Amino acid sequence: MTALALSPPRLRRPWSGIESAGESEVTELLPETEPERDDARLLDALRGGDEAAFAELVGRYHGPLKRFASSFGAGDAVCEEIVQEAWLGALQGLKSFEGRSSFKSWLFGIVKNQARRRAERERRTVPFSALSGEGEDDGLAVDPDRFQGEDGAWPGHWATPPRAWEDPQRRLASLEAREHLRTAIAALPERQRAVVVLRDVEGLGAEEVCALLEISEGNQRVLLHRARAGVRNALEGYVNG
Amino acid sequence: MAEMHTHGTDEVLCREFVEIVTDYWEGALPEERLELVEEHLVMCDWCKVYLEQMEATVRALPEATVEEPVPEATEEALLTAYREWRGPS
Repeated sequence: MTALALSPPRLRRPWSGIESAGESEVTELLPETEPERDDARLLDALRGGDEAAFAELVGRYHGPLKRFASSFGAGDAVCEEIVQEAWLGALQGLKSFEGRSSFKSWLFGIVKNQARRRAERERRTVPFSALSGEGEDDGLAVDPDRFQGEDGAWPGHWATPPRAWEDPQRRLASLEAREHLRTAIAALPERQRAVVVLRDVEGLGAEEVCALLEISEGNQRVLLHRARAGVRNALEGYVNG
Repeated sequence: MAEMHTHGTDEVLCREFVEIVTDYWEGALPEERLELVEEHLVMCDWCKVYLEQMEATVRALPEATVEEPVPEATEEALLTAYREWRGPS
């Protein structure tokens, strides 16, 4: 569990104070989050020669960076090397980091470049955009059989509605539920998994994810939604089962 | 998915709603559609349940990872590199 992972302000909840549409820049307008401020503090200390600050940043981001590296198709040992090289690259490039993006997304960007360089060296061609994404944008969030057909009393409305989850926060916090979450994430198609992990697990913003994965905003939203719906479906089986 | 719009545009159907939850959260729905979604949510308890379950899912996702400690060899190598980068103190 990382301290940075939970950044609820990024999750817009229009029902909690009806906001109007057309605020697509909302993630930009959000104030700096707590972890970002803390990164800036550590970064200052690191620049000033504080070894412990560097170690703390490594501890904070090594895991997330390695998970991200693995989305480019390399094995564990190679990912470890990629992320190590990325840290060295970050130190070398620190002077040119102006804080226009968050430190975290800057690090993710370096890992992406390292992963790509590595793939070229090994003549693997696995830029994210080339991941086997066939058909990942198609399909439906919910099994169409759960809705009434044209001959139903209310076509397009629920035929088999979802059953409310009792105390979801407590139930989903159990170790068993987390295991189901992990299994559900692992079972997602590659591109969906990469997007949902960056957005909902690591807490990056929509624009950062689009830039990192070189996909359009619309495509990002579709992949994110399919992934979230897929995980919800898996949890439904667990919670109701 | 044109077959979904059998009721015209004056209503959001449940099977349409479940496809646009993320668009709704991200502020990506056109104003008219947003209003229809909100009207639908006032009337449809089942879609409200679906929405709550999607929210519970998104909130649970950060807990999905097991953070492993940085491998000792990696930490050692990085701290050595940091000391070189920092120069003699």
